[in-house]
Amino acid sequence: MELLTSPRYKDYCGGLILVIVGLAAAFQAQSYQIGTLTRMGPGFFPAALGIILAAAGVVLLGTAMARNARTAVIEGEAVRRHPPEWRGWACICLAVIAFAVLGELTGLVPATFACVFIAALGDRDNSLRDIVLLSIGVTIAGVAVFWWGLGILFPLFSRDFM
Amino acid sequence: MWQSLMDLGYGFGLAFEPHNLFWCFVGVLVGNLIGVLPGTGALTAISMLLPLTFSMQPVPAILMLAGIFYGSQYGGAIGAILLNLPSHPPHAVTCLDGYPMTRKGKGGTALGLTMLCSFFAASFGIIVMVFASPLLVAVAFKFGPPELFSIMLLGLIAGSTMSRGSPVKGIAMTVIGLLIGTVGTDVQTGLQRFNFGIPELADGIELVSIAMGVFGIADFLRHVNRMKHIGSLAPVRFRDMRPSKAELKEAFFPMLRGTLVGTLFGAMPGTGPTITTFIAYALEQKVSRTPEKFGTGMIAGVAAPEAASHSKTQVDFIPTMSLGIPGDAVMALLLGALLIHGIQPGPRLLTEHPDIFWGLIASFWVGNVMLMVLNVPMIGVWVKLLQVPYRFLFPSAVFFIAIGAYSVNNDIFAVYEVLAFGIFGAIFMALDFPIAPILLGYVLGPMVEENFRRALLLSRGHLTTFIERPISGTIIGIIVLLLAAQAFFAMRARAGKGTALPVPPSDVIA
Repeated sequence: MELLTSPRYKDYCGGLILVIVGLAAAFQAQSYQIGTLTRMGPGFFPAALGIILAAAGVVLLGTAMARNARTAVIEGEAVRRHPPEWRGWACICLAVIAFAVLGELTGLVPATFACVFIAALGDRDNSLRDIVLLSIGVTIAGVAVFWWGLGILFPLFSRDFM
Repeated sequence: MWQSLMDLGYGFGLAFEPHNLFWCFVGVLVGNLIGVLPGTGALTAISMLLPLTFSMQPVPAILMLAGIFYGSQYGGAIGAILLNLPSHPPHAVTCLDGYPMTRKGKGGTALGLTMLCSFFAASFGIIVMVFASPLLVAVAFKFGPPELFSIMLLGLIAGSTMSRGSPVKGIAMTVIGLLIGTVGTDVQTGLQRFNFGIPELADGIELVSIAMGVFGIADFLRHVNRMKHIGSLAPVRFRDMRPSKAELKEAFFPMLRGTLVGTLFGAMPGTGPTITTFIAYALEQKVSRTPEKFGTGMIAGVAAPEAASHSKTQVDFIPTMSLGIPGDAVMALLLGALLIHGIQPGPRLLTEHPDIFWGLIASFWVGNVMLMVLNVPMIGVWVKLLQVPYRFLFPSAVFFIAIGAYSVNNDIFAVYEVLAFGIFGAIFMALDFPIAPILLGYVLGPMVEENFRRALLLSRGHLTTFIERPISGTIIGIIVLLLAAQAFFAMRARAGKGTALPVPPSDVIA
């Protein structure tokens, strides 16, 4: 992963993604009737965009190759600025998923608490006490602003849960 | 001329209605607050608060959103000057001389000057807007589908290539944005495109989901555990903020030049705010008699970029409102907000919704006055806020984003959409792609497609229609010139002769 986002390889990675997404979009758009320039079908515009995107990917790959061919690998010079932050990623993603799942199953209050709690776990400096206090605080504020203040349609506790 | 002034008077009448005045105040206050908080800029602020405006009337809603925008710019400068922390990329360049001023004990003066320059530049931008918009509208009425397509193309290409970083990557991101815009029901045939069998995608992807995903969640994914810890600060008092006469004199011409740079760049579609401030700074360095002193706390290095960013902010509204073509991502977001309220920006906005247009202009001025007044007593509070740790900030913001996405349609599916776009944005950011063009492409996408299809239908499939019609042809010519100029500068930079733009102190995702 660090290798993929290193200055030397990230353009390969980016270019490849663009080519794949572009071709996939163009391929999918074919099934929507492309039509002619005079009478364009719904597939014309997306297909054209897909091809442009794939072309941009090829250009990016090409320039990256040309640049890497010119500069030799210098060992030890690659300064790794950011080690991957898996804990933060996992916690933030889980927090959003928890909000969605718990929101549907149990209602706004548990969902909010879980969302803030899990997201806060993502930061290494947070102590458990801080996290609990923060979660309670945000839950109260969230209910006050959204449920009471703005009248959002979201049960505080869903009926099945109680 | 007189007509414009009369209309402006009408606008002031609207802006001073207590209801509108209140929301404008809320907007600038919240914008200023969010701008001060580390790691959040105008885009995050507007995306998070957009769902709250859905239940409001269009006029107060747009006044508030615009207030958030320029309010956050006032706030952003505070972090840049006092902490060397560019909470919003356009302010990165302000750090270069603003922070050295703080270290010399002149932080208060720098803030005071910034506020004066911002106010001057914003007022200038507003005046330009009052007189230029009706002129542009007169031209815009001659626009047919080919012209609209060409000018949108100009906006997209300028937006994707004029930002910092690789132009190819910018174009790729714009195209991805356009593709995202095609998701959902095709307007002309009713066919479902790219819905992957998910019925929720039939109406297309929500603007709010994209914006909060790529500017909110993606930002947190990038910054978690990486935000620098902020130590204690020397308190700034109102007394320190008053610049001396000599300092005012020193700041005057840079402020004027910065304002002009910002006005010029605001009028050009697609030039981002970051590039504008960098060019204003580079210009000051060029004309200065002591260029080597830049970076050690020059007043000009603070005054010019801040003035440029504020005049650009106001002038940016001209193409957005009168042509319906947003210049950058923030404008795209505001345009999307107007569309959600059922208002189509464009030449007809001035006659159909004069309340929105003139009310907005008048509220800019009212809002800027409020910000000036607000920042003087509140500066102590802002300084305290700067020290809110990121570890408390982002979990609260994650919740705010999740519930904001839900509230758009009272639909849990949007929450998953936000997450998907967040991960997508973070991956592309890690690969050094600019993120803002996605939004520009997404908002313009449906309009680009519609006008492209219509233009070719009218011309019976002849692509030459875009070149043959005089206005459209001129715009295409400008696009070609723009690309040629960029190729030329890229070549020159490769030959090692070009002057590079100044490098901001910490890593900035522009």
